[in-house]
Amino acid sequence: MASDVSAKRTFAETGPSSPVVESVRVDQVTPRAKTGMTVRLLLAILVAFIMLIPVTWMAMTAFKSRPDATASPPKVFFAPSLDGFIGLFTNRTQLSAGALATEQERTDLNFWEKQALARGMRILGPSKFVNQLQNSSIIALTSTFLAVTLGLLAAYAFSRYDIPGKGDWLFFILSTRMLPPVVVTIPIFLMYRVLGLYDTHIGMILLYTVFNLSFSVWLLKGFIDEIPIEYEEAALVDGYSRLQAFRKIVLPQCVTGIAATAVFCLIFAWNEYAFALMLTSEKARTAPPAIPSNLGVGGIEWHVIAAGSLLFLIPVVIVTFALRKHLLRGVTFGAIRQ
Amino acid sequence: MDQSLQIAAAPPTRRRQISDSTIQRLFIMPTLLLLILWNVFPLFYSLFLSFTRYSHSGKLPPVWIGTANYDALLSDPKVWLNFAITGRYALLAVLFQAIVGFGLALLLRGKFKGNGLLTTLILIPMMLSPVIVGMFWRLIFNPLTGIFNYLIGFWNPATAPIWLKDNALVSVVIVDVWMWSPFVMLLCLSGLKAIPDYLYEAAAIDRASPWRQFWRITLPSVAPLLLLAVLFRTIEALKAFDQVMGLTGGGPGNATETVSVSLYRMVFQGQARTGTASALAYIVLVVTIGISNVYIWYLNRMKEA
Repeated sequence: MASDVSAKRTFAETGPSSPVVESVRVDQVTPRAKTGMTVRLLLAILVAFIMLIPVTWMAMTAFKSRPDATASPPKVFFAPSLDGFIGLFTNRTQLSAGALATEQERTDLNFWEKQALARGMRILGPSKFVNQLQNSSIIALTSTFLAVTLGLLAAYAFSRYDIPGKGDWLFFILSTRMLPPVVVTIPIFLMYRVLGLYDTHIGMILLYTVFNLSFSVWLLKGFIDEIPIEYEEAALVDGYSRLQAFRKIVLPQCVTGIAATAVFCLIFAWNEYAFALMLTSEKARTAPPAIPSNLGVGGIEWHVIAAGSLLFLIPVVIVTFALRKHLLRGVTFGAIRQ
Repeated sequence: MDQSLQIAAAPPTRRRQISDSTIQRLFIMPTLLLLILWNVFPLFYSLFLSFTRYSHSGKLPPVWIGTANYDALLSDPKVWLNFAITGRYALLAVLFQAIVGFGLALLLRGKFKGNGLLTTLILIPMMLSPVIVGMFWRLIFNPLTGIFNYLIGFWNPATAPIWLKDNALVSVVIVDVWMWSPFVMLLCLSGLKAIPDYLYEAAAIDRASPWRQFWRITLPSVAPLLLLAVLFRTIEALKAFDQVMGLTGGGPGNATETVSVSLYRMVFQGQARTGTASALAYIVLVVTIGISNVYIWYLNRMKEA
């Protein structure tokens, strides 16, 4: 208590160190409170650093050569190499001494081929991963588009009309999202086998659309609820039809909401593993089930896995920054607004 | 009222308008149809399968055997073991997530420079793909080549614990806590930001100690959101599949075989006991629905508030 008083007295003598622009609690501009803030900042930096170690380690491993990636004890400093990425995107073959010599005389090699050659290997062609990344993109983008479009329509109807049993319907829609994927997969797997949707893009797109629908309806309904209904009523009085009012009044007003919803759906579809593992095999396989299984064949090539993971995670990290204002809303199905 | 508005309006170029009830139906039907086709129908189908003997890899049609699947499952100690593992995992993970997440929120609530950036950085883990995260932690936990043991102070690989062998379940919990504490933090932060400053000022004037302020102001204000976070994490933990598959694949043996993993193994590995698996799926479903309902009810209440 005594130190408290003395701290306040020095503050009374010196006054706040920087001009007080807005109203601030007096006890928060004291030197003591300021030290507290600095300590907090340092602690927060430390925590953020610790939290990011695994991700950073993954990024580092992606740029290691094979021996460096599995060195014991683990190497923090290493010579960067692109081996991981070459391993990820290509199928290679080890060259014999004779073949190596002829190959080295060639002058028409591109950058990647030279990198591979430096390790005595020749690139045969693109690996499956290229295909899987492509599948991931197609399935995630299309299903997001569908989920947001259909979700927007349903959300608008639920927000603006007095639909009988509205609460029950919304409850039903959300409850579908709570089902464990493994539980619904068995019947869907059997259903897809009969319908010929097993291991097809369209099957996965529809499945992810359905899974994201409940989320997009709930989130978008929250955004539409916030647009004052008076705008539309004014438009209707001015002779707009319902659909025109929807297109010209509601849509522009909830562009942010639509974007945030789309990004969340995209992340879900991009990251999804359980369904993809059980409902695809070759043709439509996406990257998440493939990165652990395909790349690990013949001794775990950690630098390759890390390169794949890194490429896969980068979009999500970028998007997280873009989304930061809406994260809370997204993860609580629109129940809590910031 | 909408109706009367439309009648009152007399636009210059009026096309034939779609009535409001048609719009309602057109807007809602596709969504409901998809949800029913992909969720309700499969659920009924697997309810039927759960009363049959059936293997999807064989050629035989399902044979009705009554409740035999349920009887067998409920008297199978392995099923109970799987539930016990899932329960232990959920309890530990959610408990530590609540503690760490709340602690992080208290740390980050202050208004200091760089606060927003740090918060976003800390939130990154929860946005990542769980299976890839789980798989990558395999390297981190590796006794020879991983950094985990070195970071926590075991510098000699010979004496260091082998996490994925001796403490597999704890390892899964560690990864889950790392990944999802930020989620709890995010919710708690929003609760903390909503507490008006004047409450603390009034308490300070009344000479309430910081400890008392914490118990009487901070904790009660954050409690609803903390509870929401805990509920949501509990449901997710009961479904645990991705991280576990990435990290341990259910092993070693079945030390980390959660119910979801055991379901997966039952259907897609080995004998493909589709009928029995459907019954197990239904048991899981009933448990999850029970807890989910509490969650959704709670969400609705929060929305109204």
